[in-house]
Amino acid sequence: MNSDIKLFENGKRLDGRKNDELRKIKIEVGVLHRAEGSCYLEWGDNKVIVAVYGPREAIPRHTQNPLRAIVNAKYNMAAFSVGDRKRPGPDRRSREISKVISEALENVILVEKFPRASIDVNIEVLDAEAGTRCAGLTAAAVALADAGIPMKDIPVACAAGKIENQVVLDLGKEEDNYGSADLPIAISPRTGEILLLQMDGHLTVEEFDKALDLAIKGCYIVSDIQKKAILEKYQPNSEGK
Amino acid sequence: MTIIPSIKRDFLVKLAEDGKRADGRKFDEFRNIEIEVNVISKAEGSAKVKIGNTQVLAGIKMDIGEPYPDTPDSGVMITAAELIPLASPDFESGPPRENAIELARVVDRGIRESEVIEVDKLCVVPSEKVWLVFIDIHVLDYDGNLFDAASLAALAALLTTKVPAERFELGEDYPLPLKEPPISCTSVKYNGVVVMDPSLDEEAIAEVRLTIATDKNGDIRAMQKGLNGSFNLDEIKKIIKTSLDNGRKIQELLYKSAGK
Amino acid sequence: MNQEKREIVIPSQLLGEIKNKKAGKGTFVENGKIYSEILGILNNNSEYVNVIPLKGRYDPIEKDFVIGIVDIAMASSWLVDINAAYPALLHVNEVPWDVEFGETEKYLNHGDSIMAKVLQVDQEKKLQITLNDRNLFKIKGGQIFNVEPHKVPRIIGKKGSMISLLKKYTNCRIIVGQNGRIWLDGSDDGVKKVIDTIKMIENNALSFGLTNKIENLLKKDAKDVH
Repeated sequence: MNSDIKLFENGKRLDGRKNDELRKIKIEVGVLHRAEGSCYLEWGDNKVIVAVYGPREAIPRHTQNPLRAIVNAKYNMAAFSVGDRKRPGPDRRSREISKVISEALENVILVEKFPRASIDVNIEVLDAEAGTRCAGLTAAAVALADAGIPMKDIPVACAAGKIENQVVLDLGKEEDNYGSADLPIAISPRTGEILLLQMDGHLTVEEFDKALDLAIKGCYIVSDIQKKAILEKYQPNSEGK
Repeated sequence: MTIIPSIKRDFLVKLAEDGKRADGRKFDEFRNIEIEVNVISKAEGSAKVKIGNTQVLAGIKMDIGEPYPDTPDSGVMITAAELIPLASPDFESGPPRENAIELARVVDRGIRESEVIEVDKLCVVPSEKVWLVFIDIHVLDYDGNLFDAASLAALAALLTTKVPAERFELGEDYPLPLKEPPISCTSVKYNGVVVMDPSLDEEAIAEVRLTIATDKNGDIRAMQKGLNGSFNLDEIKKIIKTSLDNGRKIQELLYKSAGK
Repeated sequence: MNQEKREIVIPSQLLGEIKNKKAGKGTFVENGKIYSEILGILNNNSEYVNVIPLKGRYDPIEKDFVIGIVDIAMASSWLVDINAAYPALLHVNEVPWDVEFGETEKYLNHGDSIMAKVLQVDQEKKLQITLNDRNLFKIKGGQIFNVEPHKVPRIIGKKGSMISLLKKYTNCRIIVGQNGRIWLDGSDDGVKKVIDTIKMIENNALSFGLTNKIENLLKKDAKDVH
């Protein structure tokens, strides 16, 4: 932690947010023509786009599970999405994120309906500004619903963290760089169960309880934005006149 | 793999015989083009281009690095393209294959050989430090004619690029020095007819393809012929003319969209 | 009733309780409650709660008529794309021709379109189709137009009423596959009118009383022409 950097000014966070306030979130559904389901999401300065293909017969064949579909989320960062250009292609970090997102999504997808198939979820981070895995998972869930994939819930992700000994919601760039803990989670909002949980930094058990509580509250706010975006796309408007 | 039904092929051919295309365009007509600039905050310059349903995003990143030994006073440009699986059910993840490499090289050539970027103005310390310009092409939605969409996105992104001098403590940021860019137009031929700006279906049945970059003066600045078919000389002359006509219109749109 | 819109529901949306209703298609039950498992249209009109999917692949059902496109000709069978999650197998025993081993390409090739019937869907979702029935054949000429598979019933209409209307007013030949592929052949104007009308049906598939609206429209069009 770098003590020279002040993360609060006049009781507010650097971007003017309150401790329990999210960055601005915008979700658009069905933005791509080729994909079976798609979603574009802006979360603060993060921009992600997700395309879903499938269910389709999994290739290569040895990856097929005779009883259920495999969920293949691929998290990828565009070369221009970060301060210093990132070399294109997957690295260890993006592989790990792809894995935990795949597992979280698999929990709610009715995979047993599609033996031998794969459901491919391509997550492209176009602009990165802390919290891309939460943004990516949240957009992926919407794209899956848009693709008509049967699922028990629309998962949603959000992070909480600790900066200058205070627990806050949804860390921004500086807060992520200079804060002392980050706790991204994903939940199934219908049941409240936790689907993804990672933490780095240092939290007391009391701080963890508080951060988890805050992150879950954040998830429910984002969940409403997800649902509204899907309904807005498909609820018939005045076309029938 | 997406399968093109034979009856679709027959249908496109039959339409062409009547002088028509499936989407109602004339043979020498582009689909609607939209250019949106400054779409990525982390990039030094960026643009999203839509040609019909095809969508391509280009982002420019800059860094300081060493020049090539044979051009010690010149900046360096590097172009990369990824055909990410987001954009088509037929694209696979993994290292770029032939098609992605050809795409990157055609875009690169259109910009490099016509000296769009004034690389001689991008030297910081001769033989030691020059500006590196990375052009990264990200295909978002593939519905045909990636060459033109990618070239146009790269140019629009370059036109909005600010050299990040401040970040490297080299004075104030300034616009990337550029010359007037040539515009790339792609035509394909199937069953004896030549059409401009092929859709995905037209591309799928194309026998031969030609991409021509032309400039404001009406000169030719780069060409790339593709696929195993052939053109006759008359066809090539005609394609040059339609490329010039479309190139002029697209150039106007490009400058307008980039606020120049 | 005519102006009423159908309700769109999303996965996880609570639709009712099993003490009042039976859980139908597109739903799941947990702790006595019925939820939607897909993005779709709520159908609450019977003793069941059903959700009709808005998007997604064709879900093959035995005896469905489908339009398939041949992908690969193998030694004694073909793999055919029927717009489902999986390719369908067409065995040489299931075609009306005497095909010698290794000569499948003489009859059907990559890219050929066929009107077929779903023969079998097994537990592993392995699909088989057949050409051995009436009205099944290799398709020649015309064009194929794609719609969301779940909208096919609206396009066919009650007892084929919508399709009959379209045929009557456009003089086109029309075959609708349950898998969302529609084959059309006719005059340029006729085909255009069919496609425009189908697009309109697709966009309006959520409103009631559509057949009448479409008939009025086609009638009006016909008057304009003559």
